[in-house]
Amino acid sequence: MSDFETVAASENQAARRGPSGEPGTPNQVGQPRKPRSLAGDAWRDLRRKPIFWISLVLVVLVTAMAAVPGLFTSNDPADCVLSRQHAAPSGGAIFGYDFQGCDTYARAVYGARASLLVGALSALFTGLIALVVGMLAGYFGGWVDAVLSRVVDIVLGIPLLLAAIVLLKRVATDSATVRLGSVIFVLAVLGWTTAARVVRSSVITAREQDYVAAARMLGAGNGRIMWRHILPNALAPAIVVLTIALGSFIAAEATLSFLGIGLREPTISWGIEINNGRVHMRESATPLVVPSTFLALTVLAFIMLGDAIRDAFDPKLR
Amino acid sequence: MFRFIVRRLLQMVLAFFGTTLIVYALMFAGQGDPIQALAGERPVTAAQRAYLTEKYHLDATGVGGFFYRYFDYISNLLRGDLGESLTGRSIGDILAAAWPVTIRLALIAIAVAVIFGVTAGVLAGIRRASIFDNATLLLTLLVLGIPTIVLAPLAQYFLGVKWQLFPPTAGADPDFFALLLPGIVLGSLSLATALRLTRTSVAENLRADYVRTARSKGLPNRRVVSVHVLRNSLIPVITFLGVEVGNLMSGAIITEGVFNIPGVGFNLFRGIRTEDGPLVVGIVSVLVVVYLVSNLVVDILYAVLDPRIRYE
Repeated sequence: MSDFETVAASENQAARRGPSGEPGTPNQVGQPRKPRSLAGDAWRDLRRKPIFWISLVLVVLVTAMAAVPGLFTSNDPADCVLSRQHAAPSGGAIFGYDFQGCDTYARAVYGARASLLVGALSALFTGLIALVVGMLAGYFGGWVDAVLSRVVDIVLGIPLLLAAIVLLKRVATDSATVRLGSVIFVLAVLGWTTAARVVRSSVITAREQDYVAAARMLGAGNGRIMWRHILPNALAPAIVVLTIALGSFIAAEATLSFLGIGLREPTISWGIEINNGRVHMRESATPLVVPSTFLALTVLAFIMLGDAIRDAFDPKLR
Repeated sequence: MFRFIVRRLLQMVLAFFGTTLIVYALMFAGQGDPIQALAGERPVTAAQRAYLTEKYHLDATGVGGFFYRYFDYISNLLRGDLGESLTGRSIGDILAAAWPVTIRLALIAIAVAVIFGVTAGVLAGIRRASIFDNATLLLTLLVLGIPTIVLAPLAQYFLGVKWQLFPPTAGADPDFFALLLPGIVLGSLSLATALRLTRTSVAENLRADYVRTARSKGLPNRRVVSVHVLRNSLIPVITFLGVEVGNLMSGAIITEGVFNIPGVGFNLFRGIRTEDGPLVVGIVSVLVVVYLVSNLVVDILYAVLDPRIRYE
């Protein structure tokens, strides 16, 4: 089925031309130019894109928020007093208080940790599964490729949200760590297919290169060729896909928590906050708008970052 | 072509059994005591227990017993018998009442995506790298990046509650106007993707040889674009929209839940909230089948529409 591109793949092709799909630098004809590497070219391209810098700053900011939330707010997100219900901003609570009388801003800041943890770990496990499957399928080809590609096709055919609902309904416990782990597990198990296809195709390209033939002639075994010569080629495209996936994993976690089957109180998650704020939006909208903005900006930042890097590394757009 | 269809059908059968097996294994197998779970807190008499054990073949143990029960579930599913929800209503009846609403919502969403997405996509494709093009690309990136759980409640708040342009929620029997805002929210994602697809494929086709031929024959630009380019550019868009119909059916969980639309997604949303296991499994099983079938139809449509693609 490798010759058949699904619509999802062709959609990727379309998304590939990102917002910054500007025609690359004009060729400076006549001027002698020092030959640059692909990475050097890409970096030169990226450096001049405002969208890259904006998303990078947002990513750094939200990562800092997840690591040291105390830097951004001195209020305790669990300090909720019902007498302050929907109270106006005061003290450190720049966005006021929510229905339970908790500091809206502090809860949004502390919500970053769960989101990033789920996003990063899901992306990490997704990457590991994708690398193993993609490497095996791409390097060995033949029946290994046929079997693994069929598995990819089947997993790709499973609607993510529905499958996650079914899987997570099995988790009956309220333990925060177990719930976190199961959300990560579910996202990784369902989300590795796109990355695996990308790895597989870059492995197939790398496998045919002369330096691989040279390494084999020198007596290198399969393991060494895969590890030393092919993996570095498959890594860069995989990382780009995973950056974008990280953003969508964060969105998926928030959606599942919003539905009540992902993370649960007392874990602070943007999805839970949005759902709580939604119920009381007529009385006060800030508890809905603030976590929504945090979530949307975080997801956008990762997607735009991945998009910009992919555009920069895509020689076809040059 | 025939071989492709056969292969694709076989693949779907495989995917069908794979997904239903997973759904079944996770929902029913391995739980402590299914009979007690069915009865809830009430005590179960020995006679009832014996009857239920017999009826659901619970005495067969091991892997064989599991598959026995799995094929029971499959044959019920294929016969359209989805059982009852915990509240005692037939799931088939719930779905029969919910489908028309969901289909109407999906049609509005698709219409929004086609009218705005395709038009803007063609314009952006013709004027590539113009201000309009860059603006639409940035806008679609925003729409693609913002999750539905942000978009739906915010649209509901700003357009429904604050500025009161639309009804904030739909009632038991929603009319077209009540479904319009949810339809736009639901369709915005498809709109963005349809726009990008149209833009890329129009821009690509404008450089094709046949367009140059048409131009050199002296055809006016309007005709070249509207007849030659558009017809070829819409192939990927049509297939995408076909897939999207399947997605919208299952993807409306959040939108229907937020806007209180009594469709399939809303029932699933409520089933999750009220921990109604049989209802969730019933709806998910049906939605998976809808999803698989719509993917199949689209793949075949793709092969029929675009003769350049060879599937051998």
